[in-house]
Amino acid sequence: MPVTGRAALAMLAAATLAVSGATAAPAATSEPPDSLRALGAQLYAANCSSCHGIGGAGKRTPGQVSGALGIAGIGPSLHGVGALAADFYLRTGYMPLRSPFTQPRRSRVLFSEREIRALVAYVASLGTGPAVPRPDPAAGSVAAGFTLFTQDCAGCHQVAAAGGYLPDSVAPPLYDATPTQIAEAVRIGPNVMPRFSKKRLSDRDLDSVIAYVGYAGRPDDRGGWSLGHVGPVPEGLIAWFIAGVVLVGVTLTAGSRLR
Amino acid sequence: MSIFQRLAGLLIWLFLRRRGPAPRRTERPDARARIVPDGQPAPRAELAVVALLCLAALSAIAFVVVYAVDSIPDQTQYLGLALGGSFAFLAAALIVTGRHLVVTEHVEREYGEPHPHAARQVAQVVEESGGRMRRGRLLAMGAGAAATALLVAVVTPIASLGPVLDVERFTRTPWRRGRRLVDDAGRPIAAADVRSSEFITAYPEHADREQMGAPVVLVRLDPATLHLPQGRAGWAPGGILAYSKICTHAGCAIALYRSPLFRPTDGKPGLVCPCHYSTFDPATGGTVVYGPAGRPLPQLPLSIDRRGHLRAAGNFSGPVGPSWWGVRNRKAST
Repeated sequence: MPVTGRAALAMLAAATLAVSGATAAPAATSEPPDSLRALGAQLYAANCSSCHGIGGAGKRTPGQVSGALGIAGIGPSLHGVGALAADFYLRTGYMPLRSPFTQPRRSRVLFSEREIRALVAYVASLGTGPAVPRPDPAAGSVAAGFTLFTQDCAGCHQVAAAGGYLPDSVAPPLYDATPTQIAEAVRIGPNVMPRFSKKRLSDRDLDSVIAYVGYAGRPDDRGGWSLGHVGPVPEGLIAWFIAGVVLVGVTLTAGSRLR
Repeated sequence: MSIFQRLAGLLIWLFLRRRGPAPRRTERPDARARIVPDGQPAPRAELAVVALLCLAALSAIAFVVVYAVDSIPDQTQYLGLALGGSFAFLAAALIVTGRHLVVTEHVEREYGEPHPHAARQVAQVVEESGGRMRRGRLLAMGAGAAATALLVAVVTPIASLGPVLDVERFTRTPWRRGRRLVDDAGRPIAAADVRSSEFITAYPEHADREQMGAPVVLVRLDPATLHLPQGRAGWAPGGILAYSKICTHAGCAIALYRSPLFRPTDGKPGLVCPCHYSTFDPATGGTVVYGPAGRPLPQLPLSIDRRGHLRAAGNFSGPVGPSWWGVRNRKAST
């Protein structure tokens, strides 16, 4: 069967893609776990141990050991926190923290993808802990999520998930958080946030909460003007501006004969 | 013309008839020269003003009625509509009065020393400006009705400052010794399900949840860190504490639990009200550590039954809900 030039080219391209796919895909995951964990241990010693202690034992008083940036701080033990906590704190840029007495805030992620995987593997190896969750917001219901969010989250994060304040700390806005990060935060309870166990909030309910947070970031503004979705204060201010103009207009009209 | 319109017309006719024909203004005996030109009577404008004043009065009365009847849906919106409507009708009445009933004359004069003659002239100007009004008493009655009703409407919300008659209603709670704590789905709560760092809202089993005294928050602290007031030994089995979910300041729901992940850097646990950030320390019996609340959060004594479920071991340590006069002298009752 004669093969045309174009068909041959297409077959060649397909074969190349198949080969490169076959070689590239394992390269991302098939690094020996031991070498990944060894890299994680090195990164841990250099970047984390000054607060979390040697081998993740934790430090409850500031010690003599100082690490990167000269920090000699205190920090909780990492035994048993699992891949879940390490993945959350590293991918949000919460850790490393400049001072252990400040609240972690979302910031630039300092590690590369490979370094994060190494650190997560190392921290997970310190004790038996939860794995990184795999939420599926598409399986959740926005309406059910709204109810749950109002009950359990809106007190601090506001019903629009825009974040808020509480004594001595800040509840961050949730719009930049990925579904995995939300699921992780709910199970950890970072900083002063309460923790929600699977018994308290099932994975299925969690999917709904994440679906609602996704909606809250891009809501369907039927009213038109969103005014930042921060509630009645700016809305009232705008209403007063409009009402003020109307009132001045009415007053001018009513008093026009006397001018 | 409908029967109602006929009836209304008849009533208005009777009302006006009873007062007799409007008295004609007699010429002044001293026949002083007028300052303000004589205006034409405007009976329709007068009636319009009276009607608007009556509407203002009715709206203000509607405000009082809506305020008093709690079962009206969307009460707040109707309250706003009634009070706003009352002011709008009053404003409209004043505008019609100014435009159609008051004779206006532009007078420019130097004002020097106070002068009795000038003062008399001002009084005369004011009197003559009302020359178009022929039903003075009717207008005055309308204005009086509107002002009285509005005053009553504005004063009515004072009733919200605190209970006067039925005070018992505010101290009664559905909690009594042995009543089980259930979650929002009605399932009994096992003591083992209350884990540290968690925050659970619980209700009394087989009782009305809408009552102010019904919802409680459950948290678990390390028993070694508890410093409960005297007389509350055994109120927190296994370090599990129950407090009223209603803030003692303005009655909002305690929806925030400040639950430190790492005590050395994150501070103490706290129950926080999101409205004005009143913060209560669960470890010391709900004492106020921050914010406008004036008294501790009432604590509910707990016990664990043989099947491991949480039960109330009595009633709250104090009256539940926002504060009002004399609240400190009361006790929670069943």
